[in-house]
Amino acid sequence: MPTADRFRFLRRRGADGDSWHAVELARHQDRPYTLDYLNRLCDDFVELHGDRAEGDDPAIVAGIGSFRGQSVAFVGHQKGRDLKERTYRNFGMPRPEGYRKAMRVFELAGRLGFPVVTLIDTPGAYPGVGAEQRGQSGAIARSQLMLMSLPVPVIACVIGEGSSGGALAIGVADRVLMQQHSIYTVISPEGCAAILWKDAGEAKRAAAALRPTADACLELEVVDAIVSEPSGGAHRDHARAAEMLGDAISAELDFLGALPAVERRHLRRQKFHRIGAFTE
Amino acid sequence: MEAVRARNTCPTCGSHYREEEMVANLRVCAHCGHHFPVTARERIVQLADEGSWAELARELRSVNPLEFVDTRPYPERLLSAERATGLHDAILVGQAQIGEMPIALAVMDFTFLGGSMGSVVGEKFYRAAELAVDRRMPLVSVAASGGARMQEGVLALMQMAKTVAAVDELREAAVPYVSVLAHPTTGGVAASFAALGDVIIAEPGALLSFSGPRVVKQTTREDVPDDFGLAESNHRHGHVDLIVPRVELRDTVARVVALLSGGSPYRRTPLLPDLGAQRAVGRMLTGARRAIRNLKADDADR
Repeated sequence: MPTADRFRFLRRRGADGDSWHAVELARHQDRPYTLDYLNRLCDDFVELHGDRAEGDDPAIVAGIGSFRGQSVAFVGHQKGRDLKERTYRNFGMPRPEGYRKAMRVFELAGRLGFPVVTLIDTPGAYPGVGAEQRGQSGAIARSQLMLMSLPVPVIACVIGEGSSGGALAIGVADRVLMQQHSIYTVISPEGCAAILWKDAGEAKRAAAALRPTADACLELEVVDAIVSEPSGGAHRDHARAAEMLGDAISAELDFLGALPAVERRHLRRQKFHRIGAFTE
Repeated sequence: MEAVRARNTCPTCGSHYREEEMVANLRVCAHCGHHFPVTARERIVQLADEGSWAELARELRSVNPLEFVDTRPYPERLLSAERATGLHDAILVGQAQIGEMPIALAVMDFTFLGGSMGSVVGEKFYRAAELAVDRRMPLVSVAASGGARMQEGVLALMQMAKTVAAVDELREAAVPYVSVLAHPTTGGVAASFAALGDVIIAEPGALLSFSGPRVVKQTTREDVPDDFGLAESNHRHGHVDLIVPRVELRDTVARVVALLSGGSPYRRTPLLPDLGAQRAVGRMLTGARRAIRNLKADDADR
């Protein structure tokens, strides 16, 4: 039972600068993105396009890959490296079509019995007029619900920026991992600063208050494990970072594959049921 | 007194009401049909059969897991919200009857820290869903929230998934869920349980969006239409089943609950037996319909 004491050990360690440093590393322009990992992790990968209704969202990559001898459905946010690609990828901010494409692939994986692996790296869902009109809220909610009820193993890993509902939409899983220098937060530090301090310039203070680091998320029992990165960060050595991520995914898949489907769904729900801090 | 006066002045047409009139009119402007906000307690009185409400998990309170401080420490914000509202957090859950049918009921309160969802809201919603599954009765929720509670950081984000897990319990047990969306329902609540009702009912003029109009304008520099995110726009785009004026909300929820339960249809019971009140309701209904007509006419012009 969650109690006030449960997080007593969670004390501010180190300077506020730690959180901001984590934010900067998580957003580093040379950090590997979803496709960088998929190219290294999969012996073959076919990307699937379109939500079969409205269009294709380049901010989300989805497809089936061959990972260490088995077919796995991969879904991840995709950012761009140069200005042209960043614009094309909409800075990794999905529209409802992106989440619907993701759901299409989740359903396929559930039906054919492939595990699902999601890679989280987004500043948030796109806040546009069209995105709202096409049902951003409902798409984010339904994507979570579909992951919650899937019969196959689901693993999520935050590989960069995990910001807000746009990240969590593909973050419901049996096992949730975070790379060492990634962040997971309810809102971007800039957004938080704009609302609570009425000044986006207070982002560093907001980052310190939000505690978005992998260590803090592990202590809060929001993630199950931290995936190590090459010394200095994943951007220093993409190949090694991919190997470490692949090993972590592989170990989790072996563990989850041994559980019956009904029990997995039950445990997945219990896992999220337990998250929170309150007194009674 | 000034505060009450301001609260009871219609922002759309400027009509003033006495507090008793506001209560009798279900906080809808009798002149123009504007729907004022309703606290959780008053909403329960409006929806549930008299004397049927039994609250659950009322002692749950937020703690401060992140030791969050912005311009004020989080515990201080919680304390002033408690004092101002008499609530422990932004949701009340419990068992009730509607048209003599038992339901589990979860009602949010926007006056408590903007109806934000932290650990307590997530846990209480989950318990309401568990109650619905255990007693095999439908769940009805009324959302009114600005979104996730930033002061609880990533734990607040995770309450979205937690409430989604609660809905998954309902679905597995084949227990119906009716989601009512009041003004405003945005952010993390709009994108979790509130969007997952088997039937989704919105109040007229309510803002229902993931991102609010200000954020959209600032981030994208797009032209934001006047009806952006409103219930009427959401209805047009296929995201809500019904827009129901508050005076008809209780009966509509009861009808939907009866139909989803597969039993005999709900037989309308007189909402307000005394004649004076009924006339007031009639006027209010006309006002609400006029307001919706005007909105539709505006849409047509656009």
